[in-house]
Amino acid sequence: MRYIPHTTGDVVQMLERIGVGSLEELFTGIPASARLKRPLDLPPAVAEGELLRELKALAARNATPSSHLSFLGGGAYQHFIPAAVDLLISRSEFYTAYTPYQPEISQGTLQAIFEFQTLVCQLTGMEVANASMYDGASACAEAALMSVRLTRRRKLLVSRALNPRWRAVIATYCRYLDLELVEVGFSADGRTDLDELRGKLDSQAAAVIVGYPNYFGIVEDLCALAGLAQGAGAKLVAGVAEGVALGLLKSPGELGADIVAGEGQSFGLPVAFGGPYVGFFAARMKDVRAMPGRLVGETVDRDGKRGFVLTLSTREQHIRREKATSNICSNQGLCALTATVFLSLLGKEGLREMAVQNVAKAAYARELLAKIPGLSLPFAAPAFNEFVVRSQKPLGEVLAGLEAQGILGGIPLGADYPELADAFLVCVTEQHRRADIEVLATSLAGGAS
Amino acid sequence: MIVGTSGLVLNEKLLFEHSDPGRKGYSLPQLDVPAVQLPGELCRAEIKGFPELSEVDVVRHFTRLSTWNYGVDSGFYPLGSCTMKYNPKVNEVACRLPGLVDVHPATPGHLAQGTLALLFQLQEMLAEISGFAAVSVQPAAGAHGELAGMLVIRAWHEAQGNTRRTKVLIPDTAHGTNPATAALAGYEVVPIASEGVLTLAEVEAHMTSDVAALMVTNPNTLGLFETNIEAICALVHERGGLVYCDGANLNALLGIARPGDLGIDVMHFNLHKTFATPHGGGGPGSGPVGVSAALVPFLPGPMAVRDGDAYRFAGTAESVGRLLAFHGNFGVMVRAFAYIRSMGAAGLRHATEMAVLNANYVRARLEGAYHLPYADRSLHEVVFSDRDLANDCHTLDVAKRLIDYGYHPPTVYFPLVVKGAIMIEPTETESQETLDEFCDAMLAIASEAESAPELLKNAPVRTRTRRLDETAAARQPRLRWEE
Repeated sequence: MRYIPHTTGDVVQMLERIGVGSLEELFTGIPASARLKRPLDLPPAVAEGELLRELKALAARNATPSSHLSFLGGGAYQHFIPAAVDLLISRSEFYTAYTPYQPEISQGTLQAIFEFQTLVCQLTGMEVANASMYDGASACAEAALMSVRLTRRRKLLVSRALNPRWRAVIATYCRYLDLELVEVGFSADGRTDLDELRGKLDSQAAAVIVGYPNYFGIVEDLCALAGLAQGAGAKLVAGVAEGVALGLLKSPGELGADIVAGEGQSFGLPVAFGGPYVGFFAARMKDVRAMPGRLVGETVDRDGKRGFVLTLSTREQHIRREKATSNICSNQGLCALTATVFLSLLGKEGLREMAVQNVAKAAYARELLAKIPGLSLPFAAPAFNEFVVRSQKPLGEVLAGLEAQGILGGIPLGADYPELADAFLVCVTEQHRRADIEVLATSLAGGAS
Repeated sequence: MIVGTSGLVLNEKLLFEHSDPGRKGYSLPQLDVPAVQLPGELCRAEIKGFPELSEVDVVRHFTRLSTWNYGVDSGFYPLGSCTMKYNPKVNEVACRLPGLVDVHPATPGHLAQGTLALLFQLQEMLAEISGFAAVSVQPAAGAHGELAGMLVIRAWHEAQGNTRRTKVLIPDTAHGTNPATAALAGYEVVPIASEGVLTLAEVEAHMTSDVAALMVTNPNTLGLFETNIEAICALVHERGGLVYCDGANLNALLGIARPGDLGIDVMHFNLHKTFATPHGGGGPGSGPVGVSAALVPFLPGPMAVRDGDAYRFAGTAESVGRLLAFHGNFGVMVRAFAYIRSMGAAGLRHATEMAVLNANYVRARLEGAYHLPYADRSLHEVVFSDRDLANDCHTLDVAKRLIDYGYHPPTVYFPLVVKGAIMIEPTETESQETLDEFCDAMLAIASEAESAPELLKNAPVRTRTRRLDETAAARQPRLRWEE
């Protein structure tokens, strides 16, 4: 096996040095009754070339942008990725390192995370950000738990317009913590219903959790939501599933959010069937000791030279054990590096330009689809790069019709929203050319709807 | 040969200190649709402080940063309990294949048969390796898999009507994530003592009717197989509880013993340890969770299932639910799949044998120079302590001096049951030659402690930064760059 260097001679010498007669003798600490008495039943090993052939055969059975024109979004977005991103993160000094426990030989990782934390603060308008979380959904669940720690209250008000998968993850994390999850509906314009929220906010509310933009692509009125939440002594958690939106939208921090939990997949990470992605997590400095996850801080070495270390670890599991702010240990280091490289390349102007193009292209698609008889756009509030389309014709037929023409038209909403059983979610990014959008419209007009 | 030496190291500012207004590192196509803007009151003026850099600036920046790191590709990385084995290159190619890397997670199942088949096969192979009835691959990391496992345990108890079991037993050798996870599943933690290994008597004394589960690590963090594990599992079951196993040390057991056969009910895997996926400087990992037959319906989901020749995602009503927005760290799973397919059953067993051989070889070479607190036969890792070091030299000093010699230090001050622990896990991918050079360095450091302790106290001196002031970092936290 090419990954294992031992020759037969090495093994003999080493056994001798150890003072045992055979490899078997090394395992005498395992009782005979515990031993497996047959070989593992696994498919036979394959050589490198065969392995790639096998994987390519599996890959050929999937729909991709090369085979299908896709308008799928819903928490995972197809954006442009500069070539330099993957080449830089493929430096194996980055990707074959462990968590930076030994700072003197981990300054590359540590400085990059410090830069990631800074970029996240700048994007979200918050004061402090951590080294990353597993993904946006789990970051949002951790934000919910942090608001419980901060307020010592036990009720979480979750907008139904927040990504339903994120709501499911929040529910999983809260399952046995004796917390009350209360849903808040959305209004006719697609935004979280402020009147309903007002009615449900009380002295037990720890947090109001909303999407920004929400699952329907709509830009929530965070300022009003923050006012209502904080008026009742609760925290406002803004969940950002599409990070590119922050290139253009006012930052959640500027609008009054207490915690921002987001998904960084749009920042240079391929869709990759759902992961690995990277959660980002930002808060106010006064609340830093209640934050989950790793934090990198600046310091100096013995010669006074600037350097970076993991810090404030008394919040964490390896020190506080059962009293830790979270059980998180490994997070998504390399994905945070990916986002850092991506955001460095795009920079101040590039991220804004990308966001502007997303808005314009989605608006163009809306305009074309709104004119098609049998289709309607239920929500009027301003949207980023996604929007909901209702169909008079049965939705299954519409999407199947598109699929027959090589188009993945969008995500059906009925499973998560019974009242939107006739609707689907369309996502348009800067990757779509005008012609792609027109093909979607033509197909829908030509009978797919 | 001493591996560590000094060479030209390049300084590099922070991104933000490089930034120059007007520089661009991207290209986007001209907008080919009408320019439509959002209402002005929704939009920000600019992203204050965001960098403006050319592509060259960015490439040099991160290339220089990378040279300040030490990875498995740089050299020996004997970080105990972390299984820093070599990360095969073909796996990096595999996970980037078109048709895998560019499949959207919401693609309808009939158009994602390849990825579903891969997930299904990985679930099956992990189940066979571990002896569990089923494996869910959704959790993103070890601690996430632990959370999944403890939620499953709680869900099973509740389904049996056992709502009065509120405690979890955790031995003093456990990883810190274990108690933190138990708390996140709503349990109260009861620490129990081990004598190198857990005794039946200790478990018996604490296994009361309000205990839901015992969490163990096997082999444990001392590198010792829990010799009483079968009797302990039987006892816990008899008293109505379940046994959770932290699978961090599975690299000691591949093809040798299967946790599922020992009576363990739930275990998480660390694909980034046992199955050779890179750790990425702190993730992404992947923490699949395997369970015994009775617990299968409670696994997080949806999971990939097979109907004849077709695959689909399926969930259960009893499932503890979703732990991530989508299907887990798929890119990491592709790497682990590629690794298992490349190794096969014989290769995996060979890996375990060589990992255990390597650990015992290091032990044989260092025993005597370093204090060995537990003399039992160890498996894939060995724990020494700093007790016998001269001139007030401690574990931290040894670790820092090893850096000067060109090695990543072992895990230090863990497990907590050993004062000044030095926990060495060489893994199977290191040659005798590498181990000899490392052991020579360790022995040289032990004699330096006697003859020239300042070499240890001042170390490292060959690195770009010397020892960093962690106390100052915590006292006045500077967690972001500011102008």
